[in-house]
Amino acid sequence: MGDVFENYDIIGAFWVTIQLSALGALGALVIGTIVAVMRVSPVQVLRILGAAYVNIFRNTPLTLLMFFSIAGMAFILGLMLSDDLSTNAYRWAVIALAVYHAGFVAEALRSGVNTIPAGQAEAARAIGLTFGQSMREVLLPQAFRGAIAPLGSTLIALIKNTTVAAVILGTSNPEAAGMLQVITENEGASLPTFGLFAIGFVILTLPLGVLFTRLSQQLAVKR
Amino acid sequence: MSAPSLLFDAPGPKARMRHRILTVLGLGLAALIAWLVIDKMNDAGQLEADLWKPFVTDGELWKEYLLQGLVNTLKAAALSVVFAGIFGIVFGLGRLSSNLVVRFVAGTIVEFFRSVPVLLMMIFLFFGYFGPHEFPSSSTSSLAAVVVALTLYNGSVIAELVRSGVYSLPKGQGEAGLSVGLTDGQTLRSVLLPQALTAMLPALISQFVVILKDTALGVQITYPDLLNTASQIGSRYSNTVPAYVVIGLVFVLLNYVLTVVASWVERTLKSKGRTAGPILSTVPNIVQGDANPGEPTVHGLERVGESFDSFTERARREPD
Repeated sequence: MGDVFENYDIIGAFWVTIQLSALGALGALVIGTIVAVMRVSPVQVLRILGAAYVNIFRNTPLTLLMFFSIAGMAFILGLMLSDDLSTNAYRWAVIALAVYHAGFVAEALRSGVNTIPAGQAEAARAIGLTFGQSMREVLLPQAFRGAIAPLGSTLIALIKNTTVAAVILGTSNPEAAGMLQVITENEGASLPTFGLFAIGFVILTLPLGVLFTRLSQQLAVKR
Repeated sequence: MSAPSLLFDAPGPKARMRHRILTVLGLGLAALIAWLVIDKMNDAGQLEADLWKPFVTDGELWKEYLLQGLVNTLKAAALSVVFAGIFGIVFGLGRLSSNLVVRFVAGTIVEFFRSVPVLLMMIFLFFGYFGPHEFPSSSTSSLAAVVVALTLYNGSVIAELVRSGVYSLPKGQGEAGLSVGLTDGQTLRSVLLPQALTAMLPALISQFVVILKDTALGVQITYPDLLNTASQIGSRYSNTVPAYVVIGLVFVLLNYVLTVVASWVERTLKSKGRTAGPILSTVPNIVQGDANPGEPTVHGLERVGESFDSFTERARREPD
Protein backbone atom coordinates (compact mmCIF):
# COMPACT_ATOMS: atom_id res chain seq x y z
CA MET A 1 0.00 0.00 0.00
CA GLY A 2 2.80 2.36 0.94
CA ASP A 3 4.61 1.39 -2.26
CA VAL A 4 1.74 2.62 -4.36
CA PHE A 5 1.95 6.01 -2.70
CA GLU A 6 5.73 6.12 -3.17
CA ASN A 7 5.79 5.07 -6.80
CA TYR A 8 2.75 6.96 -8.04
CA ASP A 9 1.70 10.53 -7.46
CA ILE A 10 -1.82 9.70 -6.30
CA ILE A 11 -2.26 12.97 -4.41
CA GLY A 12 -1.19 14.79 -7.57
CA ALA A 13 -3.78 12.86 -9.59
CA PHE A 14 -6.53 13.88 -7.19
CA TRP A 15 -5.25 17.45 -7.32
CA VAL A 16 -5.77 17.36 -11.10
CA THR A 17 -9.29 16.01 -10.45
CA ILE A 18 -9.99 18.87 -8.05
CA GLN A 19 -8.66 21.45 -10.50
CA LEU A 20 -10.77 20.03 -13.33
CA SER A 21 -13.82 20.06 -11.03
CA ALA A 22 -13.32 23.64 -9.88
CA LEU A 23 -12.65 25.12 -13.32
CA GLY A 24 -15.36 23.01 -14.96
CA ALA A 25 -17.90 24.01 -12.31
CA LEU A 26 -17.06 27.69 -12.73
CA GLY A 27 -17.45 27.50 -16.50
CA ALA A 28 -20.65 25.45 -16.23
CA LEU A 29 -22.15 27.97 -13.80
CA VAL A 30 -21.41 30.92 -16.11
CA ILE A 31 -22.65 29.25 -19.32
CA GLY A 32 -25.54 27.60 -17.51
CA THR A 33 -26.78 30.88 -16.05
CA ILE A 34 -26.75 32.53 -19.46
CA VAL A 35 -28.63 29.59 -21.00
CA ALA A 36 -31.14 29.59 -18.12
CA VAL A 37 -31.83 33.30 -18.58
CA MET A 38 -32.36 32.65 -22.28
CA ARG A 39 -34.74 29.79 -21.49
CA VAL A 40 -37.01 31.90 -19.29
CA SER A 41 -36.75 35.11 -21.35
CA PRO A 42 -39.85 36.58 -22.98
CA VAL A 43 -38.24 36.36 -26.43
CA GLN A 44 -39.12 33.21 -28.30
CA VAL A 45 -35.94 33.00 -30.38
CA LEU A 46 -33.80 33.09 -27.25
CA ARG A 47 -36.01 30.45 -25.62
CA ILE A 48 -35.59 28.16 -28.61
CA LEU A 49 -31.81 28.66 -28.66
CA GLY A 50 -31.60 27.88 -24.94
CA ALA A 51 -33.77 24.78 -25.28
CA ALA A 52 -31.68 23.60 -28.23
CA TYR A 53 -28.49 23.98 -26.20
CA VAL A 54 -29.94 22.01 -23.28
CA ASN A 55 -31.37 19.23 -25.44
CA ILE A 56 -28.23 18.79 -27.52
CA PHE A 57 -25.65 18.81 -24.76
CA ARG A 58 -27.68 16.92 -22.21
CA ASN A 59 -28.25 14.05 -24.62
CA THR A 60 -24.70 13.77 -25.93
CA PRO A 61 -22.33 11.51 -24.02
CA LEU A 62 -19.59 13.51 -22.29
CA THR A 63 -17.11 10.98 -23.65
CA LEU A 64 -18.08 12.01 -27.17
CA LEU A 65 -17.57 15.70 -26.36
CA MET A 66 -14.13 14.92 -24.94
CA PHE A 67 -13.08 12.93 -28.00
CA PHE A 68 -14.51 15.46 -30.41
CA SER A 69 -12.74 18.32 -28.68
CA ILE A 70 -9.36 16.67 -29.22
CA ALA A 71 -9.76 14.64 -32.42
CA GLY A 72 -12.03 17.16 -34.11
CA MET A 73 -11.58 20.64 -32.71
CA ALA A 74 -7.90 20.54 -31.83
CA PHE A 75 -6.28 18.29 -34.42
CA ILE A 76 -8.41 18.77 -37.49
CA LEU A 77 -9.90 22.23 -37.06
CA GLY A 78 -6.62 23.40 -35.59
CA LEU A 79 -8.03 24.99 -32.45
CA MET A 80 -5.04 24.28 -30.24
CA LEU A 81 -5.38 25.98 -26.87
CA SER A 82 -1.72 25.49 -26.04
CA ASP A 83 1.42 24.40 -27.86
CA ASP A 84 1.94 21.77 -25.23
CA LEU A 85 -0.18 18.72 -26.10
CA SER A 86 -0.98 17.78 -22.52
CA THR A 87 -1.91 21.35 -21.56
CA ASN A 88 -4.06 21.52 -24.67
CA ALA A 89 -5.90 18.33 -23.68
CA TYR A 90 -6.30 19.62 -20.13
CA ARG A 91 -7.89 22.89 -21.30
CA TRP A 92 -10.20 21.15 -23.74
CA ALA A 93 -11.25 18.77 -20.95
CA VAL A 94 -12.26 21.76 -18.82
CA ILE A 95 -14.23 23.23 -21.73
CA ALA A 96 -15.99 19.91 -22.44
CA LEU A 97 -16.90 19.56 -18.75
CA ALA A 98 -18.20 23.13 -18.61
CA VAL A 99 -20.19 22.91 -21.84
CA TYR A 100 -21.72 19.56 -20.93
CA HIS A 101 -22.75 20.43 -17.37
CA ALA A 102 -23.96 23.90 -18.32
CA GLY A 103 -27.07 22.22 -19.75
CA PHE A 104 -27.79 20.66 -16.36
CA VAL A 105 -27.05 23.89 -14.49
CA ALA A 106 -29.49 25.69 -16.77
CA GLU A 107 -32.19 23.11 -16.03
CA ALA A 108 -31.48 23.34 -12.29
CA LEU A 109 -31.87 27.12 -12.33
CA ARG A 110 -34.99 26.89 -14.46
CA SER A 111 -36.50 24.40 -12.05
CA GLY A 112 -35.68 26.92 -9.33
CA VAL A 113 -37.66 29.56 -11.19
CA ASN A 114 -40.49 27.08 -11.62
CA THR A 115 -40.78 26.57 -7.85
CA ILE A 116 -41.95 30.18 -7.48
CA PRO A 117 -45.75 30.46 -7.30
CA ALA A 118 -47.24 32.76 -9.93
CA GLY A 119 -48.62 34.96 -7.14
CA GLN A 120 -45.11 36.13 -6.24
CA ALA A 121 -44.47 37.70 -9.65
CA GLU A 122 -47.98 39.10 -9.75
CA ALA A 123 -47.66 40.59 -6.28
CA ALA A 124 -44.34 42.19 -7.21
CA ARG A 125 -45.94 43.81 -10.24
CA ALA A 126 -49.03 44.78 -8.29
CA ILE A 127 -47.04 46.89 -5.80
CA GLY A 128 -45.45 48.68 -8.72
CA LEU A 129 -41.99 47.13 -8.95
CA THR A 130 -40.40 47.37 -12.35
CA PHE A 131 -39.30 44.19 -14.09
CA GLY A 132 -35.70 44.60 -12.94
CA GLN A 133 -36.75 45.32 -9.38
CA SER A 134 -39.13 42.38 -9.16
CA MET A 135 -36.42 40.11 -10.57
CA ARG A 136 -33.78 41.38 -8.13
CA GLU A 137 -35.89 41.69 -5.01
CA VAL A 138 -38.52 38.99 -5.35
CA LEU A 139 -37.94 36.35 -7.99
CA LEU A 140 -34.23 35.61 -8.35
CA PRO A 141 -33.54 35.21 -4.60
CA GLN A 142 -36.30 32.60 -4.43
CA ALA A 143 -35.17 30.96 -7.65
CA PHE A 144 -31.59 30.47 -6.45
CA ARG A 145 -32.76 29.11 -3.13
CA GLY A 146 -35.05 26.66 -4.91
CA ALA A 147 -32.22 25.59 -7.20
CA ILE A 148 -29.66 24.77 -4.51
CA ALA A 149 -30.45 21.05 -4.26
CA PRO A 150 -30.30 20.31 -8.02
CA LEU A 151 -27.21 22.53 -8.36
CA GLY A 152 -25.56 20.48 -5.63
CA SER A 153 -26.38 17.23 -7.44
CA THR A 154 -24.93 18.70 -10.62
CA LEU A 155 -21.71 19.68 -8.86
CA ILE A 156 -21.33 16.19 -7.39
CA ALA A 157 -21.98 14.65 -10.80
CA LEU A 158 -19.40 16.99 -12.32
CA ILE A 159 -16.75 15.90 -9.82
CA LYS A 160 -17.39 12.26 -10.67
CA ASN A 161 -17.50 13.07 -14.37
CA THR A 162 -14.00 14.54 -14.33
CA THR A 163 -12.89 10.90 -14.59
CA VAL A 164 -14.15 10.94 -18.17
CA ALA A 165 -11.28 13.30 -18.96
CA ALA A 166 -9.09 10.20 -18.67
CA VAL A 167 -10.02 9.36 -22.28
CA ILE A 168 -8.06 12.37 -23.56
CA LEU A 169 -5.60 13.37 -20.84
CA GLY A 170 -3.07 10.60 -21.42
CA THR A 171 -0.79 9.18 -18.77
CA SER A 172 1.81 11.92 -18.31
CA ASN A 173 -0.25 13.97 -15.87
CA PRO A 174 -3.38 11.86 -15.28
CA GLU A 175 -6.38 12.58 -13.10
CA ALA A 176 -7.64 9.93 -10.68
CA ALA A 177 -9.19 7.43 -13.13
CA GLY A 178 -6.18 7.62 -15.46
CA MET A 179 -3.88 7.05 -12.51
CA LEU A 180 -5.88 4.01 -11.41
CA GLN A 181 -5.56 2.66 -14.95
CA VAL A 182 -1.77 3.13 -14.94
CA ILE A 183 -1.41 1.48 -11.54
CA THR A 184 -3.71 -1.42 -12.39
CA GLU A 185 -1.97 -2.08 -15.70
CA ASN A 186 1.48 -2.00 -14.10
CA GLU A 187 0.86 -3.68 -10.77
CA GLY A 188 -2.17 -5.85 -11.46
CA ALA A 189 -5.53 -5.62 -9.75
CA SER A 190 -5.56 -4.77 -6.10
CA LEU A 191 -8.75 -4.13 -4.22
CA PRO A 192 -7.07 -1.88 -1.62
CA THR A 193 -5.84 0.41 -4.41
CA PHE A 194 -9.31 0.60 -5.90
CA GLY A 195 -10.73 1.20 -2.43
CA LEU A 196 -8.26 4.05 -1.99
CA PHE A 197 -9.45 5.77 -5.17
CA ALA A 198 -13.08 5.08 -4.37
CA ILE A 199 -12.68 6.57 -0.91
CA GLY A 200 -10.98 9.58 -2.49
CA PHE A 201 -14.15 10.28 -4.44
CA VAL A 202 -16.34 9.60 -1.42
CA ILE A 203 -14.28 12.20 0.49
CA LEU A 204 -14.69 14.68 -2.35
CA THR A 205 -18.44 14.20 -2.83
CA LEU A 206 -20.00 13.10 0.46
CA PRO A 207 -19.41 16.33 2.45
CA LEU A 208 -20.71 18.33 -0.51
CA GLY A 209 -23.86 16.21 -0.59
CA VAL A 210 -24.47 16.73 3.12
CA LEU A 211 -23.69 20.45 2.81
CA PHE A 212 -26.06 21.01 -0.10
CA THR A 213 -28.85 18.98 1.51
CA ARG A 214 -28.50 21.08 4.67
CA LEU A 215 -28.28 24.34 2.72
CA SER A 216 -31.32 23.51 0.64
CA GLN A 217 -33.31 22.74 3.78
CA GLN A 218 -32.11 25.82 5.65
CA LEU A 219 -32.65 28.17 2.76
CA ALA A 220 -35.84 26.57 1.47
CA VAL A 221 -38.56 29.14 0.98
CA LYS A 222 -41.33 28.20 3.39
CA ARG A 223 -44.62 28.15 1.53
CA MET B 1 -42.74 26.19 -19.97
CA SER B 2 -45.12 28.25 -17.88
CA ALA B 3 -42.17 30.32 -16.73
CA PRO B 4 -42.48 33.20 -19.24
CA SER B 5 -46.14 33.84 -18.56
CA LEU B 6 -45.40 33.65 -14.84
CA LEU B 7 -42.51 36.07 -14.84
CA PHE B 8 -43.65 38.69 -17.29
CA ASP B 9 -46.55 41.01 -17.73
CA ALA B 10 -48.30 41.14 -21.07
CA PRO B 11 -45.86 43.31 -23.06
CA GLY B 12 -46.76 46.89 -23.85
CA PRO B 13 -45.58 48.76 -26.93
CA LYS B 14 -42.13 49.53 -25.48
CA ALA B 15 -41.59 45.96 -24.33
CA ARG B 16 -42.73 44.61 -27.68
CA MET B 17 -40.14 46.83 -29.34
CA ARG B 18 -37.49 45.55 -26.94
CA HIS B 19 -38.51 41.96 -27.65
CA ARG B 20 -38.19 42.60 -31.36
CA ILE B 21 -34.68 43.97 -30.87
CA LEU B 22 -33.77 40.96 -28.72
CA THR B 23 -35.23 38.63 -31.34
CA VAL B 24 -33.00 40.19 -33.97
CA LEU B 25 -30.03 39.96 -31.61
CA GLY B 26 -30.84 36.32 -30.89
CA LEU B 27 -31.09 35.48 -34.56
CA GLY B 28 -27.84 37.38 -35.09
CA LEU B 29 -26.17 35.34 -32.36
CA ALA B 30 -27.42 32.08 -33.88
CA ALA B 31 -26.25 33.18 -37.32
CA LEU B 32 -22.86 34.19 -35.92
CA ILE B 33 -22.37 30.80 -34.26
CA ALA B 34 -23.47 28.98 -37.41
CA TRP B 35 -21.15 31.12 -39.51
CA LEU B 36 -18.20 30.56 -37.17
CA VAL B 37 -18.74 26.80 -37.27
CA ILE B 38 -19.16 26.68 -41.04
CA ASP B 39 -16.23 29.00 -41.65
CA LYS B 40 -13.94 27.01 -39.40
CA MET B 41 -15.06 23.71 -40.94
CA ASN B 42 -14.64 25.13 -44.41
CA ASP B 43 -11.13 26.40 -43.66
CA ALA B 44 -10.15 22.94 -42.54
CA GLY B 45 -11.83 21.45 -45.62
CA GLN B 46 -14.35 19.53 -43.53
CA LEU B 47 -17.39 20.56 -45.53
CA GLU B 48 -16.33 18.85 -48.73
CA ALA B 49 -19.03 16.56 -50.03
CA ASP B 50 -16.63 13.62 -50.28
CA LEU B 51 -16.30 13.49 -46.53
CA TRP B 52 -20.03 13.39 -45.92
CA LYS B 53 -21.06 11.29 -48.91
CA PRO B 54 -20.17 7.90 -47.38
CA PHE B 55 -22.89 8.39 -44.78
CA VAL B 56 -25.49 8.57 -47.52
CA THR B 57 -24.16 6.39 -50.30
CA ASP B 58 -21.91 3.83 -48.71
CA GLY B 59 -23.95 0.90 -47.45
CA GLU B 60 -20.80 -0.75 -46.16
CA LEU B 61 -20.14 2.11 -43.76
CA TRP B 62 -23.52 1.51 -42.19
CA LYS B 63 -23.30 -2.26 -42.19
CA GLU B 64 -19.69 -2.64 -41.10
CA TYR B 65 -19.37 0.23 -38.69
CA LEU B 66 -22.39 2.29 -37.65
CA LEU B 67 -24.97 -0.46 -37.23
CA GLN B 68 -22.39 -2.74 -35.66
CA GLY B 69 -21.54 -0.05 -33.14
CA LEU B 70 -25.18 0.77 -32.55
CA VAL B 71 -25.99 -2.90 -31.90
CA ASN B 72 -23.09 -3.13 -29.43
CA THR B 73 -24.18 0.03 -27.65
CA LEU B 74 -27.78 -1.15 -27.41
CA LYS B 75 -26.65 -4.60 -26.30
CA ALA B 76 -24.58 -3.21 -23.45
CA ALA B 77 -27.38 -0.79 -22.53
CA ALA B 78 -30.09 -3.47 -22.60
CA LEU B 79 -28.09 -5.91 -20.47
CA SER B 80 -27.26 -3.15 -18.00
CA VAL B 81 -30.89 -2.05 -17.82
CA VAL B 82 -32.07 -5.57 -16.98
CA PHE B 83 -29.36 -6.24 -14.40
CA ALA B 84 -29.59 -2.75 -12.90
CA GLY B 85 -33.35 -3.20 -12.57
CA ILE B 86 -32.91 -6.47 -10.69
CA PHE B 87 -30.09 -5.03 -8.55
CA GLY B 88 -32.16 -1.94 -7.84
CA ILE B 89 -35.26 -3.81 -6.72
CA VAL B 90 -33.31 -6.27 -4.58
CA PHE B 91 -31.28 -3.57 -2.82
CA GLY B 92 -34.18 -1.13 -2.70
CA LEU B 93 -36.20 -3.77 -0.83
CA GLY B 94 -33.11 -4.48 1.26
CA ARG B 95 -33.02 -0.85 2.35
CA LEU B 96 -36.69 -1.09 3.30
CA SER B 97 -36.27 -4.34 5.20
CA SER B 98 -37.37 -4.49 8.82
CA ASN B 99 -34.11 -6.28 9.64
CA LEU B 100 -31.49 -3.77 10.80
CA VAL B 101 -28.50 -5.74 9.47
CA VAL B 102 -30.00 -6.21 6.01
CA ARG B 103 -30.92 -2.52 5.91
CA PHE B 104 -27.42 -1.45 6.94
CA VAL B 105 -25.62 -3.72 4.45
CA ALA B 106 -27.89 -2.74 1.57
CA GLY B 107 -27.59 0.94 2.50
CA THR B 108 -23.79 0.82 2.61
CA ILE B 109 -23.52 -0.93 -0.74
CA VAL B 110 -25.95 1.44 -2.43
CA GLU B 111 -24.32 4.59 -1.02
CA PHE B 112 -20.86 3.34 -1.93
CA PHE B 113 -21.59 2.51 -5.56
CA ARG B 114 -23.54 5.72 -5.98
CA SER B 115 -20.55 7.85 -5.07
CA VAL B 116 -17.86 6.03 -7.05
CA PRO B 117 -17.47 7.18 -10.67
CA VAL B 118 -18.56 4.57 -13.22
CA LEU B 119 -15.38 4.94 -15.25
CA LEU B 120 -13.27 4.18 -12.18
CA MET B 121 -15.14 0.88 -11.73
CA MET B 122 -14.95 0.09 -15.43
CA ILE B 123 -11.20 0.66 -15.61
CA PHE B 124 -10.55 -1.35 -12.48
CA LEU B 125 -12.77 -4.26 -13.55
CA PHE B 126 -11.37 -4.42 -17.06
CA PHE B 127 -7.67 -3.79 -16.57
CA GLY B 128 -7.60 -5.55 -13.22
CA TYR B 129 -9.74 -8.65 -13.73
CA PHE B 130 -11.80 -9.19 -16.88
CA GLY B 131 -9.15 -8.18 -19.41
CA PRO B 132 -6.11 -10.11 -18.15
CA HIS B 133 -8.17 -13.19 -17.26
CA GLU B 134 -10.20 -13.00 -20.44
CA PHE B 135 -13.40 -13.36 -18.45
CA PRO B 136 -15.94 -14.53 -19.68
CA SER B 137 -14.04 -14.80 -22.99
CA SER B 138 -11.43 -12.70 -24.75
CA SER B 139 -13.99 -11.00 -26.99
CA THR B 140 -16.60 -10.30 -24.32
CA SER B 141 -14.41 -9.18 -21.43
CA SER B 142 -14.88 -5.47 -22.22
CA LEU B 143 -18.65 -5.95 -22.57
CA ALA B 144 -18.70 -7.68 -19.19
CA ALA B 145 -16.79 -4.81 -17.55
CA VAL B 146 -19.12 -2.21 -19.09
CA VAL B 147 -22.24 -4.09 -18.00
CA VAL B 148 -21.03 -4.82 -14.47
CA ALA B 149 -19.94 -1.22 -13.84
CA LEU B 150 -23.15 0.23 -15.25
CA THR B 151 -25.22 -2.28 -13.27
CA LEU B 152 -23.56 -1.45 -9.96
CA TYR B 153 -23.93 2.31 -10.38
CA ASN B 154 -27.36 2.51 -12.00
CA GLY B 155 -28.69 -0.33 -9.87
CA SER B 156 -27.83 1.76 -6.81
CA VAL B 157 -29.60 4.77 -8.25
CA ILE B 158 -32.66 2.60 -9.01
CA ALA B 159 -32.52 1.22 -5.47
CA GLU B 160 -32.79 4.80 -4.21
CA LEU B 161 -35.70 5.35 -6.60
CA VAL B 162 -37.48 2.26 -5.27
CA ARG B 163 -36.97 3.46 -1.72
CA SER B 164 -38.20 7.00 -2.34
CA GLY B 165 -41.06 5.59 -4.41
CA VAL B 166 -42.24 3.47 -1.47
CA TYR B 167 -41.76 6.35 0.99
CA SER B 168 -43.78 8.70 -1.19
CA LEU B 169 -46.84 6.45 -0.89
CA PRO B 170 -49.45 7.51 1.66
CA LYS B 171 -49.02 5.78 5.01
CA GLY B 172 -52.53 4.31 4.78
CA GLN B 173 -51.45 1.98 1.98
CA GLY B 174 -49.00 0.07 4.17
CA GLU B 175 -51.34 0.19 7.14
CA ALA B 176 -54.18 -1.21 5.05
CA GLY B 177 -51.96 -4.08 3.95
CA LEU B 178 -51.00 -4.89 7.54
CA SER B 179 -54.56 -4.61 8.79
CA VAL B 180 -55.89 -7.24 6.39
CA GLY B 181 -53.38 -9.64 7.87
CA LEU B 182 -50.47 -9.45 5.42
CA THR B 183 -46.97 -9.71 6.86
CA ASP B 184 -44.46 -6.89 6.47
CA GLY B 185 -42.87 -8.58 3.48
CA GLN B 186 -46.20 -9.36 1.83
CA THR B 187 -47.34 -5.77 2.28
CA LEU B 188 -44.13 -4.54 0.70
CA ARG B 189 -44.27 -6.93 -2.22
CA SER B 190 -47.94 -6.94 -3.11
CA VAL B 191 -49.17 -3.51 -2.00
CA LEU B 192 -46.33 -1.01 -1.86
CA LEU B 193 -43.88 -2.16 -4.52
CA PRO B 194 -46.32 -2.32 -7.46
CA GLN B 195 -47.50 1.22 -6.75
CA ALA B 196 -43.99 2.49 -6.16
CA LEU B 197 -42.77 0.99 -9.43
CA THR B 198 -45.63 2.67 -11.28
CA ALA B 199 -44.85 5.99 -9.64
CA MET B 200 -41.17 5.77 -10.48
CA LEU B 201 -41.60 4.64 -14.08
CA PRO B 202 -40.82 8.04 -15.67
CA ALA B 203 -37.73 8.48 -13.53
CA LEU B 204 -36.75 4.92 -14.41
CA ILE B 205 -36.96 5.60 -18.14
CA SER B 206 -34.81 8.70 -17.65
CA GLN B 207 -32.27 6.48 -15.94
CA PHE B 208 -32.15 4.43 -19.15
CA VAL B 209 -30.90 7.56 -20.91
CA VAL B 210 -28.07 7.72 -18.39
CA ILE B 211 -27.23 4.07 -19.06
CA LEU B 212 -27.29 4.58 -22.82
CA LYS B 213 -24.99 7.59 -22.58
CA ASP B 214 -22.68 5.85 -20.13
CA THR B 215 -22.07 2.93 -22.46
CA ALA B 216 -19.91 5.42 -24.37
CA LEU B 217 -17.44 5.22 -21.48
CA GLY B 218 -16.64 1.76 -22.83
CA VAL B 219 -14.24 3.29 -25.37
CA GLN B 220 -11.67 3.69 -22.61
CA ILE B 221 -11.66 -0.08 -22.16
CA THR B 222 -11.78 -0.88 -25.89
CA TYR B 223 -15.45 -1.84 -26.03
CA PRO B 224 -16.48 -1.50 -29.72
CA ASP B 225 -19.53 0.69 -29.10
CA LEU B 226 -21.08 3.39 -31.24
CA LEU B 227 -18.56 6.01 -30.14
CA ASN B 228 -15.68 3.68 -30.92
CA THR B 229 -16.91 3.34 -34.50
CA ALA B 230 -16.56 7.11 -34.89
CA SER B 231 -12.78 6.85 -34.76
CA GLN B 232 -12.85 3.73 -36.94
CA ILE B 233 -14.95 5.46 -39.58
CA GLY B 234 -12.72 8.49 -39.17
CA SER B 235 -9.57 6.57 -40.04
CA ARG B 236 -11.18 4.39 -42.70
CA TYR B 237 -12.77 7.24 -44.67
CA SER B 238 -10.50 9.99 -43.25
CA ASN B 239 -13.52 12.02 -42.16
CA THR B 240 -13.15 12.25 -38.40
CA VAL B 241 -15.19 15.39 -37.89
CA PRO B 242 -18.22 14.27 -39.92
CA ALA B 243 -18.09 10.87 -38.23
CA TYR B 244 -18.25 12.42 -34.75
CA VAL B 245 -21.01 14.81 -35.80
CA VAL B 246 -23.16 12.01 -37.26
CA ILE B 247 -22.65 9.75 -34.25
CA GLY B 248 -23.36 12.62 -31.90
CA LEU B 249 -26.64 13.16 -33.73
CA VAL B 250 -27.52 9.46 -33.38
CA PHE B 251 -26.97 9.69 -29.61
CA VAL B 252 -28.97 12.89 -29.28
CA LEU B 253 -31.82 11.39 -31.28
CA LEU B 254 -31.93 8.13 -29.29
CA ASN B 255 -31.84 9.91 -25.95
CA TYR B 256 -34.28 12.58 -27.00
CA VAL B 257 -36.81 9.92 -28.00
CA LEU B 258 -36.36 8.22 -24.61
CA THR B 259 -36.86 11.57 -22.84
CA VAL B 260 -40.04 12.21 -24.79
CA VAL B 261 -41.30 8.72 -23.92
CA ALA B 262 -40.53 9.38 -20.24
CA SER B 263 -42.53 12.60 -20.12
CA TRP B 264 -45.37 10.96 -22.07
CA VAL B 265 -45.50 8.12 -19.51
CA GLU B 266 -45.44 10.72 -16.73
CA ARG B 267 -48.43 12.54 -18.20
CA THR B 268 -50.33 9.33 -18.84
CA LEU B 269 -49.74 8.03 -15.34
CA LYS B 270 -50.81 11.34 -13.84
CA SER B 271 -54.07 11.33 -15.76
CA LYS B 272 -54.81 7.66 -15.06
CA GLY B 273 -54.03 7.75 -11.34
CA ARG B 274 -52.98 4.14 -10.99
CA THR B 275 -50.89 4.77 -7.91
CA ALA B 276 -51.70 6.37 -4.61
CA GLY B 277 -48.33 8.13 -4.53
CA PRO B 278 -47.14 11.20 -6.42
CA ILE B 279 -45.51 10.44 -9.77
CA LEU B 280 -41.76 10.88 -9.41
CA SER B 281 -41.04 13.33 -12.15
CA THR B 282 -38.45 12.68 -14.81
CA VAL B 283 -34.96 13.19 -13.54
CA PRO B 284 -32.73 15.13 -15.91
CA ASN B 285 -29.83 12.95 -16.78
CA ILE B 286 -26.22 13.36 -15.97
CA VAL B 287 -23.67 10.72 -16.74
CA GLN B 288 -22.87 9.13 -13.42
CA GLY B 289 -25.06 11.47 -11.47
CA ASP B 290 -28.61 12.30 -10.76
CA ALA B 291 -30.11 15.69 -10.25
CA ASN B 292 -33.66 15.93 -9.14
CA PRO B 293 -34.91 19.50 -9.47
CA GLY B 294 -37.33 20.86 -6.95
CA GLU B 295 -36.56 18.17 -4.42
CA PRO B 296 -33.72 18.01 -1.92
CA THR B 297 -31.01 15.52 -2.73
CA VAL B 298 -31.51 12.27 -0.93
CA HIS B 299 -28.64 11.34 1.32
CA GLY B 300 -28.65 8.42 3.68
CA LEU B 301 -31.60 8.02 5.92
CA GLU B 302 -32.28 11.74 6.33
CA ARG B 303 -34.97 11.39 3.74
CA VAL B 304 -37.28 9.45 6.08
CA GLY B 305 -37.48 12.03 8.82
CA GLU B 306 -37.48 14.89 6.37
CA SER B 307 -40.42 13.71 4.31
CA PHE B 308 -42.53 13.00 7.36
CA ASP B 309 -41.58 16.29 9.01
CA SER B 310 -42.56 18.31 6.02
CA PHE B 311 -45.73 16.28 5.70
CA THR B 312 -46.86 17.01 9.25
CA GLU B 313 -45.74 20.62 8.97
CA ARG B 314 -47.82 21.13 5.89
CA ALA B 315 -50.84 19.55 7.51
CA ARG B 316 -50.48 21.81 10.52
CA ARG B 317 -50.13 24.98 8.54
CA GLU B 318 -52.93 24.40 6.08
CA PRO B 319 -55.83 25.85 8.17
CA ASP B 320 -54.43 29.44 8.18
